[in-house]
Amino acid sequence: MTDEHEHYEAVVVGAGPGGAAAAAALARQGVETLVLERGVDAGSKNVSGGLIYAEESAPYTIDDLFPAIREEATERPIDEYLIHNIAGDKVKTFDLDRIHHHDTDWCDAVLRRRMDSWLAERVHELTRETGGGLLTEVRVNGLLREDGEIVGVTCDELDPIKADLIVAADGVNSELARDAGLMNWDEPEDWFQGVKAVVEMEPEVIDERFGLDGEPGAAHLFSGDLFEGVRGGGFLYTNTDSLSIGTVFHLDSLAAERAEPHELLNALLTHPLLDQWLQGEYEEREYSAKLVPDSKKVAHPSPHRGRLLLVGDAAGQMQAQGPIIKGMNHAVTAGGLAAEAYADAKTRGDPTKAGELYERKLNSEGVMDQLRPTRYRATRSIAESDVVTGVGSTLINSPVGALGMKALGGAAERAFNSPFLLGMVPDSSISYVEIPIRIAEVLGEPIEGEGDTIEPPKLADRIGDLTYDVGDPHIELLDDSYAASGTAVTACPVSAEGFGGGCYRDERVQTNGEEKHLVSLDTQPCIECGTCAVVADTDWDHPSGGKGVEYKQG
Amino acid sequence: MNTLVLTKGVPDFREGKVSFDEDGHLERGKTPTVMNPNDKVALQAALQEKVRHGGTVSLMSMGPPGYKEVLQEGMRDVYADDLYLLSDREMAAADTWATAMTVTTGIANMEETPDLIVAGFKTADGETGHTGPQTTWCHHMNDDLPDRSLLTHVVALDVDPEEGRLRAKRLVSGDVDEIETVETDLPAFVVMDPEFEPSYRKADHRLRYKDLREETKARAETFEDHLTVWNHEDLNLDPDFIGLDGSPTIVAGVDPIPKGPAEREATPVSPDDEEAMNEVLGEFTPFAGGD
Repeated sequence: MTDEHEHYEAVVVGAGPGGAAAAAALARQGVETLVLERGVDAGSKNVSGGLIYAEESAPYTIDDLFPAIREEATERPIDEYLIHNIAGDKVKTFDLDRIHHHDTDWCDAVLRRRMDSWLAERVHELTRETGGGLLTEVRVNGLLREDGEIVGVTCDELDPIKADLIVAADGVNSELARDAGLMNWDEPEDWFQGVKAVVEMEPEVIDERFGLDGEPGAAHLFSGDLFEGVRGGGFLYTNTDSLSIGTVFHLDSLAAERAEPHELLNALLTHPLLDQWLQGEYEEREYSAKLVPDSKKVAHPSPHRGRLLLVGDAAGQMQAQGPIIKGMNHAVTAGGLAAEAYADAKTRGDPTKAGELYERKLNSEGVMDQLRPTRYRATRSIAESDVVTGVGSTLINSPVGALGMKALGGAAERAFNSPFLLGMVPDSSISYVEIPIRIAEVLGEPIEGEGDTIEPPKLADRIGDLTYDVGDPHIELLDDSYAASGTAVTACPVSAEGFGGGCYRDERVQTNGEEKHLVSLDTQPCIECGTCAVVADTDWDHPSGGKGVEYKQG
Repeated sequence: MNTLVLTKGVPDFREGKVSFDEDGHLERGKTPTVMNPNDKVALQAALQEKVRHGGTVSLMSMGPPGYKEVLQEGMRDVYADDLYLLSDREMAAADTWATAMTVTTGIANMEETPDLIVAGFKTADGETGHTGPQTTWCHHMNDDLPDRSLLTHVVALDVDPEEGRLRAKRLVSGDVDEIETVETDLPAFVVMDPEFEPSYRKADHRLRYKDLREETKARAETFEDHLTVWNHEDLNLDPDFIGLDGSPTIVAGVDPIPKGPAEREATPVSPDDEEAMNEVLGEFTPFAGGD
C-alpha cells in the first residue's frame, strides 16, 4: 500500500518562525513544500517572551524572508534595555544597551499569535505556488519509516505522507525529535520554564509611564531577591497596546524549591518597583507558559537523522545566557540553513546529504558557537562546582566582596554587557541570585514604591480564560505516587498545592489503614508546556490538531 | 464529474431568530429565511466529491425570488460553482410532487445532466423527506433524463468517476443501528443523513478544499453573475401541473400539539424582598454540599 502514500518533496512540521523560515526558503528554491501546523491557527500554540532579533552576522533574518513583517506583524522596536538588580527595597539598574545592540540589526517586541498567523499566510502563498501549501489543525504524531529508514511523517488527521526532506520545527516538545531519539526529557537542569502575562495598557499610557517617545519601546529585566532564591529572573517588554511581563526560571531550581510559577510571576507583578508602571491598574489579557531549552546544554550538535532535520526549539536552539535571551532569530537562521542545505545537497545530486550539510552550516555560520559557547563548556565544571559556588558565595557576601563591588562599580555594568563573559555565566545561584542581590545592596538606591500595588488574578481565573476542548487526555501519569510525580503539582504553571482546579492535584488516600500520598491528573486545563514530562513520570503527547490550548496573544 | 445539490429555504428556527404569534403559529414575515440546515450537509458531500475528483457543484432551489439569498448562503458557507433558482408565481404553494415535477424539468433544462444529485435528509419546515425520492421517480417519467438509482440515509460517500460507480454507507436505524455498504452505477440520487461528515485524509485534498473555500467566498459576493433564474415558461411547464394546481396533496387540517402541563410549581420572588430571599436560601441550604 506504500505506493499510495502521498508524497511531497519537503514536509515542514510546525509553523512558528523556524518552520516559516524553512518553508519560505524552500519555496524560493522551488521545492514543493507542505507545512503542517497543529494549532487552529499558526501562533495559537506558541508563546515567547517575546523579543525577536535580527542579527547583523546572521545568514538569514526574518525580514530577509518576510520583508513586510516589521510593518505588519510585530509590535514595536525595542531600543532601551535595562536590568534591575533588586535586594529588599533597594535597586541598582544597569543599562544593557551594549549587549542589546551587539550584533543587532534590529529587535522588535512581538506577540506570537499575531506574528505567526501573519507569517503563515505568507508561507501558504509561497508554498502553494510550489504545489504544496500550509494546513492548520493537523498534528504530526511521528515518523513514517520503511526498513528502519525515516521516509515521512504520520498524522492524526491525515494518512501518512512521504517526503524527501522533513523539517521538524515542532517546538520545544518536538514529537519528531523524540521519535528520532534526538531529544529526551530526562534532566530538569536542561530546561527553563517561562510564565507570562500579557497586560492591557493604552498606547498613550505606555508612552507616558515608560517615558517613551514615538515608536521605540523598552525592555526591563529583573533579578535579585524577589523570587525566593529560585534561579532565574523577570522581564517586561512594551508592546503596542499591552505589556508582556514574565518570569523565567531554571526548571531544576523551580522543582527543587517546590516553587509555584504563578506565584513567582505574581511576586514580580506586585513588586514595588513595578508600581511606577502599573500604578494599581491591572487587566490581564492572557496567562501563558512555555518550556525553554537551555541551548548551552541541549542544542543538538548534530540535529538531523536521515531525511529529518531539526530546527529551532526542537533542536534546543534557544540561547539564554544571563540577559541574552534569543530564540526566534536562531530558529529563523536554522530554518534558512536547513532549506539551503537541502538545495545544496540536491544540486550535488544527493539529497540525503542535507542533514550533514545543515550541521556543517550551523557550525560555519557561527550558530552553534552562540548556542553552545566553547567558553561555557570549558569553564562549566569548575564554575558550577559546589566548592567554587561556596567560596564565591562567601566572598561575594563578605565585606571584602562589597568593597570589590564598590571599587568595580561601572565595571560590573560593563561585565553585564560583555557577550564574551555572558557566554560562560555559570548556572549557579551566584550569577542569578547572589551577585544581583549584592549589587543592589552595595550600589542600590531605595525603591520608591507608589504604594498602589496591583492584585493579580487568581489561578482559577487565569485558567478560566484558557478554557478549550482538549479532546482525549494526551498525558498519562505513569507513576501517580507523590514521590515520583509530586513535583508536577507545584511546577505545573496551571496547578498548585491545595488548588483543586488545575492539571495536577495531590491527594491523600486511605487504603487498608495506610495513608498514601498520590497525584491525580486532569488534562483539561493543560497549556501543553511539557513541564510535567520533565519533572514527573508521564507519557506525554500533544493533543490532536485543533484541540487543546489556544492562545490569542502568545 | 458534475454534481447538483437541491435545497430549500426554511424559516430560521434558531432561538432568537424565529418568531411565533400568540397561538403558536410561525410568523413567516418576522422570521428570516435561511438555507435548510440538512441541505448544507448535502452541499458538504458534493464539495467533498469535487475536492476528490474535480468537476462542478451546482445548487438548485425552487421558491420566491428571496431564495436568491438562500443560494448565496449555500455558496458562501459551503461551496457552489453555479446557482439555479426556479421561481414563478405559478410554481407557488406546490406540494412535494409538484415540486419534484418542477425540479426535474429544471434538471432536464441544465446544459449538462448531473452525474450525481444530492439532497438533504428533510426540510426543517415540511419534514416530509419526500421531495428527493419523488424527484428520482419523476426522472423515470422524463424522456430527456436518465433513470437514477436512489440511496437514502447516506453517511459516507465515495465516487469512482472513471468507473462510473458510487459506493456509499447507509445508516440503517433499528433496534440496533447498522451501517450498510452499497454500490451503484452513476447517475445516481443520494439523500444524505445528517450524521454525514466530510472526510479529508489527504493533504492535497485539504489544500484544494482551502483553495475552493477561498475562491467561493469571493464568488459569493457577486453570486448573481453565477445565478440562472427560470420561470415556468423558460421550462415549458403547464401551470396546471405545477404549483398549487399540480399538487395532489390535500392538507385537511393542522392541529397544534398542546404543551404539556408544567410539573414544577414556581413561586416568583422579588430580589428586594429580604424575607422571601432568606426563605429561598433556606430551601437551597440542604443542597449546598453538592448533593
